[in-house]
Amino acid sequence: MKRYVVLIAYEPEAWEQANEEERQEYFDAHHAFEAHVAEHGRRLASGALCDADVATTVGKGVGAERTVTDGPFAETAEQIGGYYDVELPDLDTAIAAARLLPSAYTVEIRPVMRIEGYEQA
Amino acid sequence: MSPDEALAAVVREEWGRLVALLLGRFRRLDLVEDALGDAVESAARRWPADGVPDSPAAWLHTAARRRVLDRLRAEAMAQRTEPLLVVDAERRGPGPAMADPGGLVEDDTLRLVLLCCHPALAPDVASALALRLVVGVSTADIARLFLVGEATMAARLTRGKKKIVAAGIPYGVPGSEDLPGRLRTVARTAYLAFTAGYAPGSGPDLLRADLAGEAVRLVRVTRALRPEATVLRALLALVLLHHSRRDARVGPAGELVLLADQDRARWHRDEVDEALALLDGLPPDPDPLTESYRLQAVVAAAHALAPTAADTDWALVCTAYDRLVRLDASPAARLAAAVALAERDGPDAGLAALEGLDDALPSSHRLPAVRGELLARRGDHVAAAEALTLAIARCGNEVERSHLTARRDSLRG
Repeated sequence: MKRYVVLIAYEPEAWEQANEEERQEYFDAHHAFEAHVAEHGRRLASGALCDADVATTVGKGVGAERTVTDGPFAETAEQIGGYYDVELPDLDTAIAAARLLPSAYTVEIRPVMRIEGYEQA
Repeated sequence: MSPDEALAAVVREEWGRLVALLLGRFRRLDLVEDALGDAVESAARRWPADGVPDSPAAWLHTAARRRVLDRLRAEAMAQRTEPLLVVDAERRGPGPAMADPGGLVEDDTLRLVLLCCHPALAPDVASALALRLVVGVSTADIARLFLVGEATMAARLTRGKKKIVAAGIPYGVPGSEDLPGRLRTVARTAYLAFTAGYAPGSGPDLLRADLAGEAVRLVRVTRALRPEATVLRALLALVLLHHSRRDARVGPAGELVLLADQDRARWHRDEVDEALALLDGLPPDPDPLTESYRLQAVVAAAHALAPTAADTDWALVCTAYDRLVRLDASPAARLAAAVALAERDGPDAGLAALEGLDDALPSSHRLPAVRGELLARRGDHVAAAEALTLAIARCGNEVERSHLTARRDSLRG
């Protein structure tokens, strides 16, 4: 099994403007994704994120050099709206799962690295 | 056959199969290619003294397998564990002991082709990987084909292998629902490698056209595994027809010879015949990529069937281009369609068809070159020379530029 984080990029307006029926389509698509993951592997965690207008960015540096600014680290029309942390057999299974997510999303699949010698505290 | 020739032949014929077999067994993309390379080096030293073994492929397989096992032992001592290729459940377990040509081995070769041509790999990376791992082209030759330095190409191959392992691209054959799409990616990947061999480079380079032949072999290998895939049939016809002209497209001084001026006796007839047989009875395809390859092959076949340029069936060519433009209204397709139209209906029709292309092709030298040629044909020499001057200024290829300059100067004379 390989571990992947599936990042969801979307335009917040699309969700805000969606009517009830359209929102149900979003929910159905997420359920289809989750069922696919459950069938082939497992979901470790997931979350829907608040919009980037309430994000806070802490910059590079040491101590007070690390400036704190309002907003996300990259300003783009699409923003990260949520994630799934999953275990699946391979990339093709992850791609098949990602294709089940709502059609308005762009989805990035990132393999999770195993770092030698590092264990979570 | 001398030992050198025997070795070259087995590398040529069996490389991809051996890589596939070793990958299925050891799942170590980083070790397998090096081990097989070492085995080939060792064969080059030993076969001249010991004689060519009865089964050269099995000899290489055994030697490469030993190398991999040595490396794995050394790693075990150092307690290092490198990530493994993801292999689908059906393929796990001990692999076959010999490099014999069985169904399982052929399936492994298809897995290898699909692994290298995965859509999650950048197209240039996928092309290079497929040439290296499936058809055994050396890194130096792939670098030459794509006009980059050898170190750059080595880094590109390493990056590709790293992505395959890190991202978990599986060594497997997808279900029948996904396979046609994956074979289309294989076709695109092979075609990219093929066209690289004919892309204008720094000066004339006949070897690069030879290397494009390795891309033809990639199509052939894959088609042998899935003969029912029409995308591979149409593509094989197309690349064979273009490749058959390689000797005639360069003149004695290394200059580019245009299609109309080529000595058609120098076209490779066997390749033309093979392509015509592939096209024969191949119906229009619902898949746009397949249909685009088929129509381009129909155009190339019309040229191949004409004893001289003047005998070309331009009506047939125009029909094919009309369909092609409807399928893919890219500026390049429209430009080619305009050229064919000029041949069928005269320069004015061609010039009219060029209208509106300037915005789409702001830096192309081909558009003013075609316009200049058509203006010259209708006797408008001043405007023709002007268009050709623009084409010369935009052209980056030495051979083509001298061709354009000669044409312009003939108009001024």
